[in-house]
Amino acid sequence: MKIITTASAGTMESSDIIVRIEPAEKPGIEIHLTSSVMQQFGRQIEEAIRGTLGNLGVEDARVEAVDKGALDCTIKARVSAAAFRAAKRNDYDWRVKQ
Amino acid sequence: MDISKIRHIDDIAQNGPFLPDGTKQKGNMGDSGKMLESIHDAIVATGLKDGMTISFHHHFRNGDYIVNMVLDEIAKMGIKNLTVAASSLASCHAPMIEHIKNGVVTHIETSGMRGELAEQISRGLMDFPVVFRSHGGRAAAIARGELHIDVAFLGAPSCDPLGNANGYNRDEEGATMCGSLGYAKVDAEYADKVVIITDHVVPYPNTPFGIPAVQVDYIVPVENIGDPAGIMSGATRFTKNPKELLIAKAAAEVIMNSGYFYDGFAMQMGSGGASLATVRFLRERMEQENIHAHFALGGITGQIVEMHEEGLIDKILDVQSFDLQAAQSLKDNRFHAQIDGCFYAGYDDNGAAVNALDFVVLSALEIDTDFNVNVLTGSDGVIRGAIGGHPDTAAGAGLSVVVGPLTRGRIPTVVKEVNTVVTPGSIVDVFVTEQGIAVNPRRQDIIEKMEAAGIELTDIETLREKAEKIVGKPDPIKHLDRVVGVVLYRDNTVIDQIKQIDESAL
Repeated sequence: MKIITTASAGTMESSDIIVRIEPAEKPGIEIHLTSSVMQQFGRQIEEAIRGTLGNLGVEDARVEAVDKGALDCTIKARVSAAAFRAAKRNDYDWRVKQ
Repeated sequence: MDISKIRHIDDIAQNGPFLPDGTKQKGNMGDSGKMLESIHDAIVATGLKDGMTISFHHHFRNGDYIVNMVLDEIAKMGIKNLTVAASSLASCHAPMIEHIKNGVVTHIETSGMRGELAEQISRGLMDFPVVFRSHGGRAAAIARGELHIDVAFLGAPSCDPLGNANGYNRDEEGATMCGSLGYAKVDAEYADKVVIITDHVVPYPNTPFGIPAVQVDYIVPVENIGDPAGIMSGATRFTKNPKELLIAKAAAEVIMNSGYFYDGFAMQMGSGGASLATVRFLRERMEQENIHAHFALGGITGQIVEMHEEGLIDKILDVQSFDLQAAQSLKDNRFHAQIDGCFYAGYDDNGAAVNALDFVVLSALEIDTDFNVNVLTGSDGVIRGAIGGHPDTAAGAGLSVVVGPLTRGRIPTVVKEVNTVVTPGSIVDVFVTEQGIAVNPRRQDIIEKMEAAGIELTDIETLREKAEKIVGKPDPIKHLDRVVGVVLYRDNTVIDQIKQIDESAL
């Protein structure tokens, strides 16, 4: 999946995360994360973002995320939505995998 | 004492009672000599010097102007190196940061703190660690002289020219009121000098009074003692949060089957949505089965007042009025009594009211698998709360019930080890979440009663695992070796330390 524009998903509400994805300036995934639970969960949130992008086949992107204590399932959903928007694609598979 | 200098009764009879010039005082109590023009004059009159201890109360909550007003004046006068011994501090006290930086305040003793002041202290603002005490611990420390107060600056919504002060105003409707002055009463009794700062000077006698004139040295009238919106928080809202209601219902079930719920019981409800909501479920059962409480203690809310006015609670012992309805009731209801911090929870006093409690419902920021509770520091190690009466009531009550959600956002409530131990697991009996109830294995009697009543129990380790499954395993927060806070148990022995958070880890 190739990121071609800037797009975001999510809110600044408590227990949510807002994710902004834009085309990368240099190869690879660059993540700028701020979180209300940085010390305890910063590492895991970054892993969740990186993992979700990896599963979508995104190789190059600049990600800015402001987390307000979102659970992993929320982080995955917000990152996916932002990535599809930034790639200008809507062929997402929203069904639960059997 | 030279016995020849004692006046003879004949002399007194001839020359008037006790007045050397023979004139009798007019009965208007107009000039007591206590009324001063300004806070500046009061500071001068008290003889406040470098290195002394000054105290404040927190009955004005986040609307308080007194602390900032007095410290600003002290700073202007160049007095330094003071200890501030407040019954608690709130977000509105952030201006104290400047007075710490400029050396006016070098030590703090309090029940808790919030906001920017707490943030900066957690990051190492002060050279000397802040001492945190429970409300009972503070009262006992003052009474025993462990915490000596040189000058108490006590805000009061009403005061007469002799110094009889109170937390409400009988001469004017709609004036600022905070209700009970419970914590301030201890300062007034034991401080060397007592200054009352008031926005309403009322005619003598201001009865009933929270603080009697004999304990008061000076009175300073000011325009505003605080922001009424912050002092009078209105009625405590009843929670609509389904999670909190579920917790409250479960907590009420536990209490009703614990053996501590009987005609003539005594209770205290801590602050927090779930703990306040528990009362509603108890009330239904009390009405159905004609059970009434002999007294309710503590921080008092409108809900407790309503139950008192309906005859479900005989008496209210009020050390701190949580809302306007409670303050109004203290003014209006004969059996809604104003009590002081020692009466409430002093540990060396067998008569302390907490010891007569059948049960207490308390909240928690964190609880660990040994049932230790933290209500002082957040999961990121920053100070953001207050000990309050948590350990006092947990120790005194027959049954201590801690309520809280399993997780708050991504923060687990149940953890392996709490950041800061405020209330030890040895006095916490039951933990109730929306995901299950855990009874401390120490209380086999309660476990048996719950089983007999068909209440499903789980254990606290299972609850911890459940939480971890939802939020993941938190990385440990990093601290420096430097101690920024010392936490005392209610007997004023050290129970834990708060270390400076390591900013390089962020």
